Order: sequence, then structure tokens, then C-alpha cells
Amino acid sequence: MTTTRDPITARGAAQPTVGWPPWRRALWYHAAFWARTWRGQVLSSFLFPILFLASMGLGVGQLVNNHAGGVDGVPYLDFVAPALLAMNAMQIASNETMWPILASFKWTRSYWTAVSTPVSAKDLVIAKLSWVGIHVAMVGVSFTLVVAMFGALHSPWAVLLPLAGVLTGLAYAAPIAAYTATQENPNSFPVFYRFMIIPMFLFSGGFYPISQLPGWLQSVVQIVPLYHGVALCRTLALGQGTPAATAYHIAFLLALASVGSWLCVRSFRRKLEA
Amino acid sequence: MPLVAARGLVKRFGEFTAVDGIDFEIYGGESFGFLGPNGAGKTSTMKMVSCISPATEGELTVLGMDPQREGPRIRARLGLVPQEDSLELELTAMDNLIMYGRYFDLPRAEIRRRATELLEFTQLAERANDKADNFSGGMKRRLTIARSLISEPDLLILDEPTTGLDPQARHLVWERLYRLKSEGVTLVITTHYMDEAEQLCDRLVVMDRGKIVAHGAPRDLIERHSTREVLELRFGLNGHGPHAVVVEDLAERVEELPDRLLLYVKDGDEALAAVHARGLTPESALVRRSTLEDVFLRLTGRTLVD
Repeated sequence: MTTTRDPITARGAAQPTVGWPPWRRALWYHAAFWARTWRGQVLSSFLFPILFLASMGLGVGQLVNNHAGGVDGVPYLDFVAPALLAMNAMQIASNETMWPILASFKWTRSYWTAVSTPVSAKDLVIAKLSWVGIHVAMVGVSFTLVVAMFGALHSPWAVLLPLAGVLTGLAYAAPIAAYTATQENPNSFPVFYRFMIIPMFLFSGGFYPISQLPGWLQSVVQIVPLYHGVALCRTLALGQGTPAATAYHIAFLLALASVGSWLCVRSFRRKLEA
Repeated sequence: MPLVAARGLVKRFGEFTAVDGIDFEIYGGESFGFLGPNGAGKTSTMKMVSCISPATEGELTVLGMDPQREGPRIRARLGLVPQEDSLELELTAMDNLIMYGRYFDLPRAEIRRRATELLEFTQLAERANDKADNFSGGMKRRLTIARSLISEPDLLILDEPTTGLDPQARHLVWERLYRLKSEGVTLVITTHYMDEAEQLCDRLVVMDRGKIVAHGAPRDLIERHSTREVLELRFGLNGHGPHAVVVEDLAERVEELPDRLLLYVKDGDEALAAVHARGLTPESALVRRSTLEDVFLRLTGRTLVD
């Protein structure tokens, strides 16, 4: 602690600090809440993919493999497993950025608490999106391990699967968080969930190649972020796909995450620093 | 040099002007109040002083700095008790303080040391490991005050600190704030309770519709704008208008409220005797000293709490 005297208050002006930038202090908030239930969270991050892949591999997979000889030259399980990570990332991102953000504005008011300290609206956005990234990364690691255990990884690029998950997660988290910050109540959330999230889950080529869909629907699906997330994860897991296509998927997701983050800072500022 | 100085401070939200050009200065060690009814612009003023919301126009310096440019640096040295409780209800009292202390980047051990002291100070030590959800309104408010003190602020800003509390809880909060004040902590308090302003504030401004209508020490304001005593007369449900005319010349000033007549006089008992001498028999009569409520009524023609 320094002992400089402030000329105005004649008190010791400097406070002891550990030197964290404000956004990291706000990130600590998320981590602290996660840590309260970390055992359950870690357990379910393994259990969920195990159950899902067991069911897909043994159930649907047997059927598909026996009748169609797999999909795109690989067993059905191997086809669907990487897609599941992208879907999971979308799920985590939307769960983290709808009700919890509204709650922090309206019910617990924890964002208002934070901005009465050295933390600013922008710090809260960086912290929230970083937290979504970390959360997806953690789930992505256990997920990748499970998929490897099922022997469904065909390429060393698969070590990058958690990162592909993070990118997919942020492509959802940032724009949804920006939207949530403009809302006064949760009325639109169930609608958004039912008519946006669930259709994307079903139609983004996770469970079957989009070549199965009618042509007009294929072009619609190609502007859905989850489609690019699924394709990117599958590329990494199976070692398929051209560099150009892969770069396009990454660019698409990055663009969405960047524009979303910018909008998010703007809408948080409008709300908290008006 | 003042801790806070405002000149021509304006806050507009679209067409609506919440704060309409106010000037004030707050000095170290004093307890400064903003008294006014709901909607007077007190909270908007507090948000500007606490560097959350930017001023639309005018000059504002807080701790010698410009809130626009050095908001986070200033906020590091402010304590804020907001009007609405914003505790983490799922966390214990202790964890609430730790969480808040982290926002100020204080080391954990230091936060713990201060938190223990502050829970003692706010008489919550026994409930340190209890969830904030289980606390009464008064305890939550005391915990919020403890939280605001974790950074050892140079300036403690309290927005309506006892609104919604029962009388006993209010007195406990007042007592703690009085203790902080006597320790030399600079307090800025907004309130629409005149008794709170009288008890806690060395100096205050009276706000109405975004403007400051008077400023000074509570006793000075009362002396300047009101008489020593007030005689309150109640005449039942038939209206006070006819009676007001009869007693008009007995007082310096007569105010007619929906439920009573207020006679502003030097000596209340003498005035009451004169009222009786005129053959009037009020249902009830009360002689009291003038308060800030009377000052507000005098200046704005309206009551503080409606």
C-alpha cells in the first residue's frame, strides 16, 4: 500500500490492488458462481455426450449403417459426434445470454452493482463473452475426450475441436446478448428459443447432410451460424473439407462474433451508462 | 477544495428534463443532503455524481476529476448504496462483500479482514454465513451499506437509504450512518423524508422538478422559510376552507391541506387559545416545531410525501 496523501481528501489515496484489469474482475464473478456447482457441471459435461453418443451410435447409428452404409463414408456416430459439440456450444451460448443477462439487469441487478465500482459496461460485456468462451471450452475438452473414447476422431486436427466450439458459441452469444440487453422482460425468449434455436438445431446438417434437404432450404441453411459451426467441427474431426471451405466457415463465425460483440457493447452502454 | 462541485448540471432523457441546471458543492467531512419528493431529480443527480450516468450539460468534478474521462478512477474511491437492493441473494453476507471487494481489485485477505469488521459494524456478524435471501429489509440495507464501505471510500453516496424500512430498522440505519459521519466519512444522502434530512444532514439542498429551490443547514432553512411553531387544526370532513378565513389573521401564514389547517405562528399555544376564543372547536389541535416539510410546503406549495 502506498502512503501518498490525496490533496483533496487528505487521506491515503491509493488502495491496495492485485492489478487485475476490470473485465477480469467481472469474469471472476461468473467463475465464482460456476465454482459453486462445479462438480455437477463437470460430471454432466462428460455424461451428456456419453449418453447422447451411446444412443446415436447404438440406436440410430446401427440403423443408418445397416441401410445406407454410414454417411459421407464414415459410420453414423462419427458423422454426428462433432456436430453435437457445435450444437452444444449454441445451447450453452443461448442459455448464458438470455435469462441470466436479463436477471443481471432487472432482478439481481448485479450489472448495476458492478458499474457502481471501477468496472464499466464494456468490461461486463468482455467478461460475459469470455465466460461463455471458457464455459464452452471446458465442455469442449470433455466432449472431445468422450468422442475420442468412442473412436470417432479421424484427424489430428481434432485437438482444435474445443476452439471450434468456442467460435460457434461466441457467434451466438454476442448477438443474443446484444439483443437481450435491449429487452425489458423475457416474453420474447421462449419464442426465440422455439422458432430460432430449435429449428437451427434440427436443420443445420447436424443429423444428416444438408444435401438431403430441398434446394431452396439448403441455401437458407447456409446462412445459419450453426451450419458453419457443425461443418467446421466435422472438418476438424474427420479431416475432410477443403481449406477454402474451412476458411469460409471460420470467417462467417468470426464476423458474427465480432459484429455481435460490437452491438453488445453498444446495447450494454445504452442501458447502463445512459 | 470541494469533493464534488457541480455548475449548471443538466440531465435530459430525450424530451424529459430530470435535472434542470443545478449548482452545489460538497466538502470533505460533511454530510450533504438532497431533499425532495419522488421525481425531483435526486436519483439522476446521484447517478451523475457517482459517475454512472453522464451529465447532458454543465460542469461536474468529483474528487477533483472529470467523470466523463476518469469514471473508473473516481468510482474506485466512491461507495454507493443504491435505492433498490442489489445483493446476491444466493450468496452469504460474507460472500456478498467478497464479491464486491473483488470489483475493486482488493486482495482476498484484505477483503476478508475488512468484511469481518464491516459485518461487526453493521451488526450482522452473527449472520455472516447466512444467505442474504434470509435477511429482513433492514438487514439487507445494512449489508448494502457494509458492501459500499469495503473499498474505504472517500465519499459515501446513499440514495434513499431508509425508504421502505420499518421505523425500528430506520433508526438502526440512522444510528450507523451517524457513527460514520462522526468518524469523518463524507456522506451524500438523498431522501424524501424530512426527519431523515434533519437528523443526518449538516447541509442540504431542497429539490423540486429538477431544480434546487433552497439550500442551507436544516435549522437555517427552517428559520429562514418558516415560523418557530406550527399549529395544526383538524376540523372533520366538511372542508377547512371556511375555517381558514376565520383564523387567517392569527398567523403569519395559513396553509390548507386536504386533512388539516397549518397555522404558522411564533407561539402555538397562544394561537390555539385565540382560535378557541373565536368560538371555533377543532376536532384536534397539535402544536409542533417547524420542520423541513414546512419549508418545502412554503417553497413549492406541495407536500414532500403524498
